[in-house]
Amino acid sequence: MLKKAIRQILEDSRPYGWVLEPDAKRILKLSGIPVPAGRVVQSARQAVAAAKKLGFPVVAKAVGITLIHKSDAGAVILPIGDESQLEQAYHRLTGIKGCQAVLVEAMGRGLELIVGGKIDAQFGPVVLLGMGGTGVEIYHDTALRMAPLKRRDVDSMIKCLRARDLLNGFRGSRPVNREALVELMLNFSKLLVKMADKVESIDLNPVLCNPDGCLAADARIILDAGYAAGTDKPEPDTGGKRPSSRA
Amino acid sequence: MKTDFKPLFAPKTMAVVGVSLTNSSHPANVIFNKLSLRYPVRVYPVNPRGGRILKDTVYRSLAEVPQRIDHVVIAARARHVPSIIQECIACRAGSATVISGGFAESGRQDLQDRITAMAREAGFPFIGPNCLGIYVPDRFDTFFLPGERLVRPVKGNVALVSQSGGVLVDQIVKFVGQGIGLSLAVSIGNKALIRETHLLRYLARDPATEVIAFYIEGFGPGEGRTFVELARKCPKPVVVLKAGKSSRGKRAVSSHTASLAGDYAVFSQVLAQHGIVEARNEYEMISFCESLSCYKQAIEGQVGIITVSGGHGVLAVDACDAHSLKVPPLDEATRELIRRKLSPSIREIAALGNPVDLTGSARDDDFIAAANGLVGSSDIDSVLLSLLPYSPGISSDLGARLSHVNRDRDIPMVAYVPHVEKYRILIEGFELNRVPVSNSIEGAVLMLEALRRCQPC
Repeated sequence: MLKKAIRQILEDSRPYGWVLEPDAKRILKLSGIPVPAGRVVQSARQAVAAAKKLGFPVVAKAVGITLIHKSDAGAVILPIGDESQLEQAYHRLTGIKGCQAVLVEAMGRGLELIVGGKIDAQFGPVVLLGMGGTGVEIYHDTALRMAPLKRRDVDSMIKCLRARDLLNGFRGSRPVNREALVELMLNFSKLLVKMADKVESIDLNPVLCNPDGCLAADARIILDAGYAAGTDKPEPDTGGKRPSSRA
Repeated sequence: MKTDFKPLFAPKTMAVVGVSLTNSSHPANVIFNKLSLRYPVRVYPVNPRGGRILKDTVYRSLAEVPQRIDHVVIAARARHVPSIIQECIACRAGSATVISGGFAESGRQDLQDRITAMAREAGFPFIGPNCLGIYVPDRFDTFFLPGERLVRPVKGNVALVSQSGGVLVDQIVKFVGQGIGLSLAVSIGNKALIRETHLLRYLARDPATEVIAFYIEGFGPGEGRTFVELARKCPKPVVVLKAGKSSRGKRAVSSHTASLAGDYAVFSQVLAQHGIVEARNEYEMISFCESLSCYKQAIEGQVGIITVSGGHGVLAVDACDAHSLKVPPLDEATRELIRRKLSPSIREIAALGNPVDLTGSARDDDFIAAANGLVGSSDIDSVLLSLLPYSPGISSDLGARLSHVNRDRDIPMVAYVPHVEKYRILIEGFELNRVPVSNSIEGAVLMLEALRRCQPC
């Protein structure tokens, strides 16, 4: 059973067909999946205040219901090292068509993986693990398993990646925190199974993994078309929905 | 669906509905003839007009047939099928195969839904429609192909289930060529009522079946999940050949995951996750089925190779490497054990690495020594024999002798022997003692790969 707060976010996102990033991250956080600390801001001043609290460097992203492919729209700026860079970034992002707010987040580091989920017509919920980042569809280095995952499934997925040596520590780099990755995958698998009737696919890309832990630096949840177009569809807010203030 | 499949696959009494009184090559007549002339079943021809074909009375309806019918073969026009199914149920027939086409595949989903609903309500199992039906060697078959045109499969322990009838017959021909016996072959056609998952459940418990092989084009919504869960619980190896691997037209997808996790990628990896052996093509299908019909235990893939030709040894190592099987070096104790047992004439020229190259001068006893050494080594979990019978020291007894080497150990052994008629005794010496033989090095390696893949990954 999904937590009430998660159900509410999904319900509120139905008019858009997908869940805005700050809301998607709240769902992850409520499901035990680490996300970067962050704040949704409406002014450059708020952005700077948030960044001071988070500590530089930070990342700034445009948030808006039409901005589903942020990287393609130039809606992600990183790394941002100081206040003046952040002010510039804020103005650039708010200039993007469709930008409704800006998300300022602490900047994570680590190996870029993708953790994904999809509701397959024949097999139901399936989980994907792969080398992530923007080149994900070029490398095509992925492993898929039917959810719910067991620990041994995650081990086997890691083993199946061509880039597995990068996770295990390669040429002097320390191995990523494997336990944290396994934990993240297992929690993600549980969440996917619980949301199976409401979502079509989920991308956590990138998931940043380093020796200390793993976190989902980006999240995109696409809703099931039938669920999104449900008969009790709420009226879209014509004034433009403001994403909730805390990521 | 809790239904008794026994009348379907082991009928004693049968009826063929739709025989022609005038056209002896009508599919129904072909089926009637083969059933009445060649199989240990009692079969009745049915046609509403009555009369006689050859010396048999044609019954006007199933109700007129003097016995209760286990299995009705329906080869009448599609529009008549609903009333025939109704008749089957009314006269308490046990099951049916609907050969007739003209249902969902040609736009008559409604007609198909009607017969399916009737059968489901009555708990009446039928195969099809639009299929070749069932072939149980030495018992019966419903194929409308004349017997003399078919290559007759031998009785064995592999069950073959195929959506396509054409592919099924072709696979049967290839199985015969490779000496693989069948417990049962079924073409399920439109699979309106009985589908892959039902047959998997049935075959998992069928004592005649040890390996279950499927040719699958696709599953219905959620059906793939049921299938893999059943296969995982099934104590017998399940082999699947998937047709339709390329995605037809790229749909615009809004997420990376949806684009990376295409239908076939999911299919293939979910099968592997559940220990189902996916054959990527028909050659793999044949090698996998042959191997799994002989061995049950999964291996990690630490192969010991015995050869009489250095070249074949290298080819075998390459093929193992390409299939992620390892060819580990032998420890000194194993090499010494083998060396001591070799004939003096080859002791100095044989290469006792892995592959063990016994050279063209090797005799039967040298093979036995090498095989004993390998199956005794803890580094080796499987043995590949490359046997070239043109070598003068090899006798026709060697197949049978070698196949007894691993009897008391769980070390699967496979062999490559060129398949020409004059080496038949050698090959049968292996095969009759359940050591699978391939006619290529690649095929022998595939046999081992099947054993590595018949476990959850």
